[in-house]
Amino acid sequence: MPEPIIEIRNVIKRFGNLAAVDNVSLTIHKGEFFVLLGPSGCGKTTLLRMLAGFELPTEGQILIDGQNMSMVPPNKRPVNMVFQSYAVFPHMSVADNVGYGLRIARTPKSEIGDRVQEALSLVQLGGLGERMPDQLSGGQRQRVALARSLVMKPKVLLLDEPLSALDAKLRAQMQFELAEIQSKVGITFITVTHDQDEALSLADRIAVMNKGQIAQLATCSDIYEYPANRFVADFIGSVNIFEGRMVIDEPERAEIHCPELGRVYLNHGVTGPHGSNLWVAIRPEKITLCKPGQAAPKDSPEGTNHADGVIRGMSYLGDITIYEVELPSGRRIRVSRTNLSRFDQDDFTWDDPVSLHWHPTSPVTLLS
Amino acid sequence: MRLMRRTPIAPLEYSRRLWLRSWVGGVALFLYLPLLVLIIFSFNDSKRNVVWRGFTTKWYGKVLENESLMAALGNSLTIAFLATLISVVLGTLAAVLLWRFRFPGRAGIEGTMALPIVVPEICLGVAFLVFFAQVGWPNDLIWPLSLGNITIAHVTFCFPFVALVVRARLASFNREQEEAARDLGASEWQSFRDVLLPHMKPGIIAGALLSFTLSLDDFVITFFTSGPNTITFPVKVYSMVRFSVTPEVNAVSALLILLTVILTAVALKMQDISKTNAS
Repeated sequence: MPEPIIEIRNVIKRFGNLAAVDNVSLTIHKGEFFVLLGPSGCGKTTLLRMLAGFELPTEGQILIDGQNMSMVPPNKRPVNMVFQSYAVFPHMSVADNVGYGLRIARTPKSEIGDRVQEALSLVQLGGLGERMPDQLSGGQRQRVALARSLVMKPKVLLLDEPLSALDAKLRAQMQFELAEIQSKVGITFITVTHDQDEALSLADRIAVMNKGQIAQLATCSDIYEYPANRFVADFIGSVNIFEGRMVIDEPERAEIHCPELGRVYLNHGVTGPHGSNLWVAIRPEKITLCKPGQAAPKDSPEGTNHADGVIRGMSYLGDITIYEVELPSGRRIRVSRTNLSRFDQDDFTWDDPVSLHWHPTSPVTLLS
Repeated sequence: MRLMRRTPIAPLEYSRRLWLRSWVGGVALFLYLPLLVLIIFSFNDSKRNVVWRGFTTKWYGKVLENESLMAALGNSLTIAFLATLISVVLGTLAAVLLWRFRFPGRAGIEGTMALPIVVPEICLGVAFLVFFAQVGWPNDLIWPLSLGNITIAHVTFCFPFVALVVRARLASFNREQEEAARDLGASEWQSFRDVLLPHMKPGIIAGALLSFTLSLDDFVITFFTSGPNTITFPVKVYSMVRFSVTPEVNAVSALLILLTVILTAVALKMQDISKTNAS
């Protein structure tokens, strides 16, 4: 059983009449890389700031390492934060920035020097201790902020949108580095982000938040492959959602009628209320695009599900091409296709009639 | 060999157009010619100030020998120093208060604080005259306590300038820096001292220099609050002019201009710094 480091119990935070965080309970384990993911205004940053102590919960409790944090001010909490703006002190050198917390804690001078060096080399800023912040790039400034927090050896490190201000290349590099640093120091990391790629690449577990509540809490692959509701399915990745009605629901087989798509067959039961409305979500990469007549045979698993359509939109992204296919019902469905050969993008073009098919395990049924 | 061709004037290159150049030159002449004449005639080797009789620096020597003038200068510098010190503390506190906290009457305070800047000086002067008479402010105190009433009067119109400059500087402060300091273990006071104060420093210095110049220069308000033993430099110069405008007055004025220009330049430079490194 993993040991809990943070317990959030029925926490509510109201600003006036608005509940920014609305009755959230969750447990974060020791050594975990935990990500709070959600659109802006979903309460994720407020939750993070309550962990740091900059906001107090209106109701509920926050426990860090078993201690109730309600009355503990930010400077007495065993957590440190890397701010979105990095908040590096502009009038102090890099080394002075990193050593600030240690000086406040009256750590002996010799020890400060060693620990600052250690922290700086951990974030690969070894020789830059004497630099002033305005001589650093954005990425380097973030490393300073990271080192400044890590040097305090907190029980939990909080990161507010750590990669949002970096350009794409640097972001990809920093993603791996953050994960590497985390496994090196073994501290619990909690990150807030609105970027699903960032969340998926960093997290051990993700809490997807919506309107102050947790929409789903699960591992990365579970969030993507088994979304709990339409919000999560739609927020993480790209997805086609169709409204439908359950026709057959047996342990080994289910059949759903979607007015806009036709019949959807599943090779497992749904155990939902029979005859009730539900939604079917299919990811674009789990649909195969074929010329009419080339589709997999209907009795094979791959060919169980079938639909016809006409290509109405295309966007070539290099590694994949995304097609928008208009179904007979008029509804459009997104299909992505990996460009396995250099000529793959020539196979289909606008207004081509196509047939689509997908495996009976591909659709996800959503009850809300 | 062909002469280098001049590049044509670009549409937005107004600084290269003749009409604009002459206009700017004309304005500059209008503004600075009187000062220039004043400074030039401070080197005039003549008792009368009309005809140029040759170069001399003797008037500057005379100024330095003039004991009552030097005493007045001493008074002025003392008052300016004290008024600046008090203004900086009050102004900075007021700026932080208005920036940091929300409280009833905040807008009212922000508005009335700037009042001493906009109220005509003559009104302030009369007000102080009446005020000090009403409260029975003693005018037989020993130096430097005798400068107390002038200092108080100067503080009232100096500290709003400090507050304004520091307040403007605070607008560029990133609150996350303060939170970062708190997060790293600093108390409220430590984060103020280590993060907010260094950020305000250029604004504080600029405000201090500004209020020092304002206090040093002030005539109207000082005229109404000074007694026979507390003559300040501008008041003394005024009384000298009443007898005759000698090159000595020119020399004194030139010195005052020089001092003011230096202080203002430093103040502007400081504000410049506070604008560029706002991060």
